[in-house]
Amino acid sequence: METINAEIFTLTYGSMVRQLIADYEDVEEVNKQLDKMGYSIGQRLIDEFLAKSKTQRCADFRDAAEKIAKVGFRMFLNVTAAVTGWNAEGTECSLILEDNPLADFVELPEQLAGLKYSNLLCGVIRGALEMVNMEVECTFVRDVLQGDDANEMRLKLLSSSTETYPFKDE
Amino acid sequence: MFDVRRIKIEMALLLNILLQDFVQLPLIEFNDKLRLASSWFGMCGISAQLSPMPDSSGIQLLQADTFDLHSFHTLTGTTFMLLAEPQTPDAAELLRTTVYELYCDYVLKNPFHEMDQVIKSELFDQNLVALLQATNRRWGVGVPQQ
Repeated sequence: METINAEIFTLTYGSMVRQLIADYEDVEEVNKQLDKMGYSIGQRLIDEFLAKSKTQRCADFRDAAEKIAKVGFRMFLNVTAAVTGWNAEGTECSLILEDNPLADFVELPEQLAGLKYSNLLCGVIRGALEMVNMEVECTFVRDVLQGDDANEMRLKLLSSSTETYPFKDE
Repeated sequence: MFDVRRIKIEMALLLNILLQDFVQLPLIEFNDKLRLASSWFGMCGISAQLSPMPDSSGIQLLQADTFDLHSFHTLTGTTFMLLAEPQTPDAAELLRTTVYELYCDYVLKNPFHEMDQVIKSELFDQNLVALLQATNRRWGVGVPQQ
């Protein structure tokens, strides 16, 4: 795949977040906008992921989470994530990002402590999975920028439907 | 949940380019393409139910004495169709790798493309035509005069 200078990417993302903060002047709103942007990206990115990774249909949510962590993050961010913290039903898990290229040069000032700087990633995952009929909720629960010891995204499966046309009429 | 709106129109457009580019065939009207696309979508769905095994993909190849119709249904719900001469080698592979990748690059990555709408992308058309011409040459088929 074509690559670009990682710093351009990181700096572009930084200035985008900065602009959002200037435009919305509210940290919560910025978090929401980042998630929304990511969502649109995810809807488009998923096809590239499927085309280039030659991925076949995922057996279940566990399978899907592994593929996001091992193949997806490697492909688009050149990092891998660890999948941990499964709940008993297999509907919730955590993605631990060792290294977050979006936040390479970032320190959060005090007045922006509530900013989920990389919230875009959550949106991407949500958008991408929705396109393959899995509705998930994705949130940052730990962020190195906020003083935590790791980047952790919590992924929660709300509903998944494998049903395709023609639907069964009851 | 699968949405009937997601019967993609792009497959009809893809068909259009092929028809114009390979050999002289009567042009299909836009409405005919929509009709073909929607009946094909239904047929694929029903064919999947015929399978004795679960999770069948449905129809992937329809063969006639004068043409092959390859159909590739992506996991996200888009269907690509390709008409080719019977027994054309690698046509299915071409569709599910190269054509799909072109679609990702020039359609989905175009920020002004609206999702689930007709593809209006010159770049996509150009690259698709170039790809098909290159493929034609490789298969030893003459490139038709414009």
